[in-house]
Amino acid sequence: MTKYQPVIGLEIHAVLETRSKMFDDAPVVDSTHGAPNIAVSPVSAGMPGVLPVINQRAVEYALRVALALDCEIALTSIFERKSYFYPDLPKGYQISQYQHPLARNGELTIHTSQGEQVVRIRRVHIEEDTGKLTHVEEDGENYSLVDLNRAGVPLLEIVTEPDLHSVEAVRAYAYGLRAVLRYLGVNSGNLEKGLLRIEPNISLRPKGSEEMGTRTEIKNLNSFRTLERALSYEIERQTEVLNSGGDIRQQTLGWNEAEQVTVPQRSKEEAEDYRYFPEPDLPPLVLEQSWVDEIRAGLPELPYTKQQRFVQQYQLKQGRAALLVEDQAVAEFFEAAMGAAQDIEARLVANWITGDLFSHMNDSGEDIEDLKLKPANLGTLVQLVSSGEINQPTAKGVLAEMLGSGRSPAEIIEEHGLGQISDTGQIEAMVSEVLAANPDELAEYHAGKEQLAQWFFGQVMRTAQGQANPQLLRMELERQLSESKQ
Amino acid sequence: MSLTLDEVKHIAHLARLELSAEELELYRQQLSSILDHVAQLDELDTADVEPLTSVLAEQSELRVDEPGQALPLDKLLGNAPDTDRDQFKVPPILD
Amino acid sequence: MGDFTNLTLIEARDALRQGDFSSRQLTQAYLDRITAIDKGIKAYLTVLSDEVLQAADEADRRLQAGEELPLLGVPLAIKDLLTIEGVRTTCASRILENFDPAYTATAVQRLLDAGAIVLGKTNMDEFAMGSSTENSAYQTTHNPWDVERVPGGTSGGSAAAVAARLAPAALGTDTGGSVRQPASFCGVTGLKPTYGRISRYGLIAFGSSLDSVGPIGHTAEDVALLFSLMAGHDPRDATSMDKTVPDMQLTETNSIKGLRVGVPKEYFIKGIQPEVESAVRAAIAELEAQGAEIVEVSLPHTQYAVPVYYIIAPAEASANLARFDGVRYGLRVESDDYIDMFKQTRGQGFGPEVKRRIMLGTYALSAGYYDAYYGQAQKVRRLIQDDFIQAFEQVDVIATPVAPTTAFRIGEHSDDPLEMYLQDIFTLPGSLAGVPGLAFPVGFDENNLPIGMQLIGPHFGEAKLFEAAHVYQQATDWHQQQPQLNISK
Repeated sequence: MTKYQPVIGLEIHAVLETRSKMFDDAPVVDSTHGAPNIAVSPVSAGMPGVLPVINQRAVEYALRVALALDCEIALTSIFERKSYFYPDLPKGYQISQYQHPLARNGELTIHTSQGEQVVRIRRVHIEEDTGKLTHVEEDGENYSLVDLNRAGVPLLEIVTEPDLHSVEAVRAYAYGLRAVLRYLGVNSGNLEKGLLRIEPNISLRPKGSEEMGTRTEIKNLNSFRTLERALSYEIERQTEVLNSGGDIRQQTLGWNEAEQVTVPQRSKEEAEDYRYFPEPDLPPLVLEQSWVDEIRAGLPELPYTKQQRFVQQYQLKQGRAALLVEDQAVAEFFEAAMGAAQDIEARLVANWITGDLFSHMNDSGEDIEDLKLKPANLGTLVQLVSSGEINQPTAKGVLAEMLGSGRSPAEIIEEHGLGQISDTGQIEAMVSEVLAANPDELAEYHAGKEQLAQWFFGQVMRTAQGQANPQLLRMELERQLSESKQ
Repeated sequence: MSLTLDEVKHIAHLARLELSAEELELYRQQLSSILDHVAQLDELDTADVEPLTSVLAEQSELRVDEPGQALPLDKLLGNAPDTDRDQFKVPPILD
Repeated sequence: MGDFTNLTLIEARDALRQGDFSSRQLTQAYLDRITAIDKGIKAYLTVLSDEVLQAADEADRRLQAGEELPLLGVPLAIKDLLTIEGVRTTCASRILENFDPAYTATAVQRLLDAGAIVLGKTNMDEFAMGSSTENSAYQTTHNPWDVERVPGGTSGGSAAAVAARLAPAALGTDTGGSVRQPASFCGVTGLKPTYGRISRYGLIAFGSSLDSVGPIGHTAEDVALLFSLMAGHDPRDATSMDKTVPDMQLTETNSIKGLRVGVPKEYFIKGIQPEVESAVRAAIAELEAQGAEIVEVSLPHTQYAVPVYYIIAPAEASANLARFDGVRYGLRVESDDYIDMFKQTRGQGFGPEVKRRIMLGTYALSAGYYDAYYGQAQKVRRLIQDDFIQAFEQVDVIATPVAPTTAFRIGEHSDDPLEMYLQDIFTLPGSLAGVPGLAFPVGFDENNLPIGMQLIGPHFGEAKLFEAAHVYQQATDWHQQQPQLNISK
């Protein structure tokens, strides 16, 4: 049992997926593949004499996020120059926000095994992205290449207070924030493509203490998995250091995937002095209250709210509800399926979606909106199983066909004669037939081999081509077996 | 306000300027003298004064999110001292 | 060589329209004069001989077709701080020795759209830092009135070109006085407009909150025309103002009766060359004679303008010049280590004044010093702006000297940067406040060196400045004087 509590804050950069860049009209492209340097203007190249102009949609997207996170919006905020020299930073400064950010003091609620937790958001601000560096080593030459496709893309920086105390909580927050961004249509949440970048900072302190320990930060984590692994490792590492009486060195770390350890990034001789000052090329960003109100009014029901509503309204477990709300389209599909049929158990619909549908989508690469299967038909299918018209195994087959063809369950069942046999007369006849055809096994059963009941069950089911109502079959089989004892 | 040589070296590093020993000493003296002159600003009580961050415009006009033309490669790279694979080539960056 | 080069901008424009001569003839006359004289003046860094003649021919075709653009066929000189696509732009620095911009500055484009053609790019102090054009990495420009003396700076090349009739008019830029002071030293008329009036897109930045494009010509009329063609909102410059540009009608009938002219006591201090003061006072008396009302005003924070400027401008410059790192354009000094590459490139590519200001600016913004220097300077800047706003509640324009002296000798102030900075004492306050200032000649000293006066107006008040200067120029002929030049054959 560790005596230390992890204290973790997250700094997340989310690309605001606009069509043009933050401060100029160069197009935004996927900078992780495709030709380099084809989406650069004189402004995003930092050429002499050019000037920035703010992208309106980027501001709108930023506001959506800040409002969704319940932040206090600064109707006047200021852009500042953050100066440092690096080959992927064309102007030698990044236009960002510092003293007067767009938004502060927000929150995001998460749910973990410890229950509900409110994670405080310290600030949300707008800035521009840098270009990309690639290292090349060949023919004895050693050099780097600069691609400016990404330079100038709008970024939103979202910083939490150090309110997270476990890897589970970090995971919940990261997924939760990603879901919010996707619901708002501002970011598709792809870590691998660098559209969402998560940088945790982490320190330990003795349980019960309020003091902050020395923290490290971890950069360049390009998947949720590496985020979790790196954090787990770093917690362990810091624990060992402290347990052996050592001190934590404040440093920036990266994750070595091959060795599965955190490693210090090349140490910079001194902490950067960014020499922030207000951007003289950009007058203040002033927002009309009416615009802010309009955006707030237009926000969709957000993931966590929807999750709690699903738990209440549909009696789903938190975990299952969380899975359904992660993608807004899935949540909508679920509710449409529920709405299409009467008196069906939400749990069953949820299971179909998170089980068979997700599995199919993983294989086919489809999004839920692309499925040929319509939500109403799923609802109907569940209803058919609940009412006993078909059994579960049959339903799976029907589902597979619906996914392939988009036809309704009724059509498919009709066509293949898949209706579950629930007629007691038919079942009675089938059981009789099987018992009569297998006298030796019947004798063995009566002699004490009770497990043969299951074998008989399977045989009848096979005769029924899998369509016998299992509960009725079991009851009838028991009845006939006991009666045949005489 | 007298700057030390170390301070001047630090500023030169922040500004990424390679300066000779003579330059460092010359700038040390000249900057110190200028900063002495600038010190008179401390005479003024500015506690209630708003800094003039924006000279005249009260707010930024925002730009509609419409992508325009990107620079063709020859214009983007045309002035570059060194390029490779359609990118700017620089000494190795290892951190 | 005819008398073409004696014409003002408007006279030349009108003559072209009337067909008195062709654009090619006019342009050739200037090119010939440049060839004959400029080796002694060194106003130009780049002369576009072939290109401008081609452009002149094209302009002639359009003139003959009856087109009537405001500047059709008129050649101009452009300071080498403003970009023109396809034309080498150096900012008088080694770090941009062969830079070929992919875009033309908005201000220049508007003049090109009005039919103007470009003779060449003029010399300046490197990256607009200086007061004499001695800080150019390429050459020092000489004052046409006395070639042992400076033309002023940083737009010394443009002012000298106009004074020496190597162009009928020119564009300069003004950050702390860089159009007004050389205009004064060279006996020509130059405007620093209201900040934000003319787009800064394509104006290579030095002090972003101060930089302005400024037209230079022989007359207020010429300068007003250039101003009206360039001014106006540019969506590519977020600091450019969306204000109506006045329709200047400058004729013989303009009047300044009742114009309230403020005379600020803080500008008439000990240390001004006595002839400068007396010429300016005489000019003020002339304005009064023309019907203006003279009012004493006070701009109490004037003395703080130099320290405020020399914190803010270098601070902004230190960031603006960070892009010159040898990666994407300009000079690169190769190295195996990229940090060393930055340092060597910048150390060798920038001249001493540029490096000095980058250092000063970096220091003022550095950790622990922001509030004391940059923060305090921005607050005092507000006080300086307020001085003007309050003064303009009492007066329409303010009259001041442009510089404490006439043109000084080449080399006279180069050892002491602070001494050089103090030359800007009368132009800096207006720059910090963002108000317009028009400089025009009002006399000569005993060495036959021009003396200029500055009229400062409220924000967007250029019209009154032009009108007052125009009325003055109708009544006087200082602006028509020409330097005696030894033309080498």
